[in-house]
Amino acid sequence: MASITDPSPISYNRQHLLGIADLSPLEIQYLLDRAAEAVSVSRQVEKKKSVLRGRTQINLFFEASTRTQSSFELAGKRLGADVMNMSVASSSVKKGETLIDTAMTLNAMQPDLLVVRHQSAGAVELLANKVGCSVINAGDGAHEHPTQALLDALTIQRSKGSLPGLIVAICGDILHSRVARSNIMLLNAMGVLVRVVGPSTLLPAGIEKLGVEVHRDMKSGLKDADVVMMLRLQRERMAGALIPSVREYFKFYGLDREKLKYAKPDALVMHPGPMNRGVEIASEIADGPQSVIEAQVEMGVATRMAVIETLMENRGSNG
Amino acid sequence: MADQPLLIKGAQVVDPSQGLEEEADLLVIDGKVAAIGKEFELPENTKTIDARHKHVFPGLIDARVYVGEPGGEHRETIASASKAAAAGGVTGFIMMPETDPVIDDVALVDFVRRAARDHASVRVYPAASVTKGFHGKELTEFGLLKEAGAVMLTEGKRSIANNLAFRRALTYARDFDMVIAKETIDPDLSSNGVMNEGLIATHMGLPGIPKEAEIIPLERDLRLAQLTGGHYHAAKISTAQSAEILRTYKRTSKSITCGISINHLTLNENDIGRYRTYLRLQPPLRSEDDRQAMIAALADGIIDIIVSSHDPHDVDEKRRPFAEAADGAIGLETVFSAAMRLYHNGEVELARLIDALSTKPAEIFGLPGGTLKPGSPADFVIADLDMPWVLREENIVSQSKNTPFEGERFTGRIITTFVGGNPVFQLDEADA
Repeated sequence: MASITDPSPISYNRQHLLGIADLSPLEIQYLLDRAAEAVSVSRQVEKKKSVLRGRTQINLFFEASTRTQSSFELAGKRLGADVMNMSVASSSVKKGETLIDTAMTLNAMQPDLLVVRHQSAGAVELLANKVGCSVINAGDGAHEHPTQALLDALTIQRSKGSLPGLIVAICGDILHSRVARSNIMLLNAMGVLVRVVGPSTLLPAGIEKLGVEVHRDMKSGLKDADVVMMLRLQRERMAGALIPSVREYFKFYGLDREKLKYAKPDALVMHPGPMNRGVEIASEIADGPQSVIEAQVEMGVATRMAVIETLMENRGSNG
Repeated sequence: MADQPLLIKGAQVVDPSQGLEEEADLLVIDGKVAAIGKEFELPENTKTIDARHKHVFPGLIDARVYVGEPGGEHRETIASASKAAAAGGVTGFIMMPETDPVIDDVALVDFVRRAARDHASVRVYPAASVTKGFHGKELTEFGLLKEAGAVMLTEGKRSIANNLAFRRALTYARDFDMVIAKETIDPDLSSNGVMNEGLIATHMGLPGIPKEAEIIPLERDLRLAQLTGGHYHAAKISTAQSAEILRTYKRTSKSITCGISINHLTLNENDIGRYRTYLRLQPPLRSEDDRQAMIAALADGIIDIIVSSHDPHDVDEKRRPFAEAADGAIGLETVFSAAMRLYHNGEVELARLIDALSTKPAEIFGLPGGTLKPGSPADFVIADLDMPWVLREENIVSQSKNTPFEGERFTGRIITTFVGGNPVFQLDEADA
């Protein structure tokens, strides 16, 4: 089994990665450092390591996902693990099996790692309490998406050198976004000034108490920002209930050339994907020189490799 | 047993109906209170129970209990609820019509009364729905339902959206001297919310329920109650503003009363912790400021009564992600001990607590009990207010185990529960 060769006292000794909220800045930094190391593996011609040979990773996605699931799949495979994908459409969950029963069933198959996405906040933790293996939260309702926040931080760190003192504006549907919550907590912990920008109908109650600046217009929200992070607006939320129309949303909150000018000239543009071009972001910006959206995808695989490998090392050393 | 006269000797007796709070003896003959006081002639062969250092109260009357019978017997039957009630010192409870089918008809009221007569050890009083099938449109037969034995009208956990329908219900109920007890929840404003709106919900990524979802329908109801003069009972309030509004309306109206669940007096939103679904309630647990305001409103009588809001759910409905779980918690067995926290903390006087748990609900809904006056039914409890205990799941009597107090410590416990002079619950010495 691979051992921890890093002599520094910083480490991540948990069984699971369920959220950013519980992590210390040192734990976050440790995972980011590991992720930075993992980037090179994916850039080699020979991309496969064998550290997780014989280990079983199950991707359990109760909510449809192409990007995150394939990112985790690739990460596991590049580390040499056997990866199995279980999506809800083909599973017994549709037949009325409860989450806990599903967890117990999978647990009995002795996997080493479960990567779980679920539509309900707290569901992944509930499941983690019932299994013996490690669990990574790949998104639970509007609660957390920790690997996304880590990969975003890694992307920023690699472009900007370091995190403390930066201004990051997170824009759009904060209310329903687990990406926003995990990012707010991670960036706050790392000394970043976080702003949230969006119409009040898409801001959750008490958001200002999470340690962020709240802005209702893009001009003030993006002023002097080092990073502009756009969030996806779910289609079902576009029609009338929370915002009146797509064209109105794009006019006031969509990231276009004009609005990007409010930010610093070298500001990064980020998006967790999948994008709605012409809704929250203009095509020319998404594909423009300031965009690091593709880099985020690359960092995603590296981050997930780092997290998976760390958890598996802990599992090994825990017996 | 009931034939043998019974003397409860030396207890501290608290009976708010007589302003009594002193050491006294209680004599029970033929299932009724025969005498209360210090010195009276005892009939021959009187059995004596030594209750020194203990308290005696009129039995608790719980005005909001959900039972699964008919239609959900896997959650709770009338028999199992009555056992849980006896263990908690509850000698009578009003059963919500939130059953399947909804209790909206004379025959169903009759069914509940018969089932209770045959299987229950405590007094079970049926409530009937305000509208047929809870559809919010046609009124049920208030007069006939009352004659059949319904003691309250309620729409269960629902609101009645139509103002005119609710006005007519209050007006018509007034003629039959029936109380309409209503929970106040705006279905649109609460929408898919599962806990109190605010920082904690935002942190947990859960959709919130604003306080206004309770306050707006409450104000609507109170205006219509004032307009009609019908007896309106706000069944379960949870916010400081609700208490303030009630304070205003109660100043001018004698026919407005108010209740609260024990959960909202002893727990707040922080107790939900890591998505503990047993603390998912309706109304949701609110902030600590709200809880403090609720205690103050109870102490000064703006809130008239305390209910357990006993709401059994089987494991399948609760062991789920928080947003997908059912609302509600059981409470019959813990309502008394939880209420004693307010007494031990010095927040509410003992007599006011017993009043809110027993005397007042009997008065509001016109039920026997709630008093130890001579001639009244001998429904009472012996309690040890200083006995410490811990609630363990394996000791729960109720058929469902969804208590928000699992593993919690209490001080104060029911020792014996009497209904009509018969002991229906005796604390096992081994448990004590």
